Amino acid sequence: MHRVFNDLGLAVLVVVAMAVAPSIYSNQLLLFNFVMFLSLAQGLNVIYGFTGYLPFGYVGFFGAGAYGFALAVMHLGFGPPGAMAVGAAAAVVLALILTPLFRLSGAYFAIANLAAAQAVYEVVANPALEDVTKGPYGVSLSGVFAPNASYAAAVAILAFTLLLVVWLRNSQFGLSLRAIKEDPISAAMAGVSVVRGRTIAWLLSALIAGLVGGSFAWEVSVFYPETAFSPQFSIFAVVFALFGGTATLTGPLLGVFILYGVYNWIGISVPQYFQLIYGTLIVALVLFLPNGLVSLLTRRGIRVP
Amino acid sequence: MADSLFSAAGIEAGYGRVQVLWGAGLDVGVGESVVLLGPNGAGKTTLLKVLIGLMPAWSGTLSFAGKPITGLRTDKRVRLGLSYMSELGVFPGLSIEENLHIGGQFVSKATLRVRMDELYSAFPDLAARKSALAGSLSGGQRKMCGIAKALAAGPRLLIMDEPSAGLSPLFVFQVIEILGRFRSTGLSLLIAEQNVAFLDLADRVFTLENGRIGFEGTVAALHQDDALHRAYFGLG
Repeated sequence: MHRVFNDLGLAVLVVVAMAVAPSIYSNQLLLFNFVMFLSLAQGLNVIYGFTGYLPFGYVGFFGAGAYGFALAVMHLGFGPPGAMAVGAAAAVVLALILTPLFRLSGAYFAIANLAAAQAVYEVVANPALEDVTKGPYGVSLSGVFAPNASYAAAVAILAFTLLLVVWLRNSQFGLSLRAIKEDPISAAMAGVSVVRGRTIAWLLSALIAGLVGGSFAWEVSVFYPETAFSPQFSIFAVVFALFGGTATLTGPLLGVFILYGVYNWIGISVPQYFQLIYGTLIVALVLFLPNGLVSLLTRRGIRVP
Repeated sequence: MADSLFSAAGIEAGYGRVQVLWGAGLDVGVGESVVLLGPNGAGKTTLLKVLIGLMPAWSGTLSFAGKPITGLRTDKRVRLGLSYMSELGVFPGLSIEENLHIGGQFVSKATLRVRMDELYSAFPDLAARKSALAGSLSGGQRKMCGIAKALAAGPRLLIMDEPSAGLSPLFVFQVIEILGRFRSTGLSLLIAEQNVAFLDLADRVFTLENGRIGFEGTVAALHQDDALHRAYFGLG
């Protein structure tokens, strides 16, 4: 039982820290980015860490959330909470449409997912859809701009995401997902419903990215298709989650705090060495700790939250 | 003969256009142990996959405890009391305890706790290392873990695919001894094997040859049939 409390304790600690951070540190946009990547890395953890499917086009759901939010505000006159719900729904619908991708596995799944995200981007950025999406010219939502409220929304999404991961780590459902990741055939033999488990994890993962995308649209309020569908979101989410170690709560959190911290720190202080330092760090990790930072402890048999 | 618990009749199945099973059928009575003997490539694993529902049968019928289960999903069959142990048997990246939880996923928490205590007392090697990864166990212990995982579901019929695979003769006897113990509690067994040592457990034997059932009868009858005796036991 104390395992659950360890997990919950860490989740509460992170959420409270991010909630009070703006009163200590004044760069709220940077803090928002941290909160955003904390949720995105955990959202990716839900699908990759627990089922082994690596969605390289994860940003597709993020972009769907951002554009769902924008379209609901521009065309339906929704307030931010309603628009966030529309964004989340858009991401989940996209995930439903993409469920046939599960017939692929490994690198094929990752690449097909990348292509799918690109396809959504091409549709949104199409000048012919200017009346609907504003095409490549980007959207402006200055009417709903409210950085404090959108920051609070992002922290709430982070809390939801972390609770979800705590539940997955401590529930029978999460255990059946890990069995699927280990060996789908054996899991099916043991009576685990592989398709159902995988689909639920996939939809939950998309839901998180959609919610985060909605909060991003609200926070920045002016953005272009190439911002909302930037491959950088997918890459960062994947790298942060892998750096720390997937299928844990701690891993992706550590990945974001360390790597995104380093990213901002050396990006400002010594930008000329940025690529070199960042690349070396990641290569070293892949070589020496392929299972992430937490494997320093887990391979000694220590359970990390 | 005991009441029939499980029966399969006229099973035809295969992969793509390649037919593997040609009207195979077998039955297991309540509390009975049945061994399915057959060489590599005879279709043992394919037949077992059809029985547990991982592969659809092209034709044929299946029934369990008097109910037809032909089109039923695997998880529904497990809930009814069928349990399957593959050659691999365990999830190597999950701990022993987690493996047992996967096995007993459809059982209520209270029942599972009692059952896990029973299983741990039957398998003291596992009890000593509950949180160790199943992949860190020796081959014999891994089989024990696989058996415990399959039994955690509280099955009425345990179906096993080559439990002797990858085991030294010493461990084969251990596995047989353990299965004998559970058999005396009323568990029915269906074991697909090429290792004739498992015949010690069997009430009846079926042989599978090129996708068809060849011989069906008691172990004593198998020994009396000269051709089969030579095929499975050698000239000795």
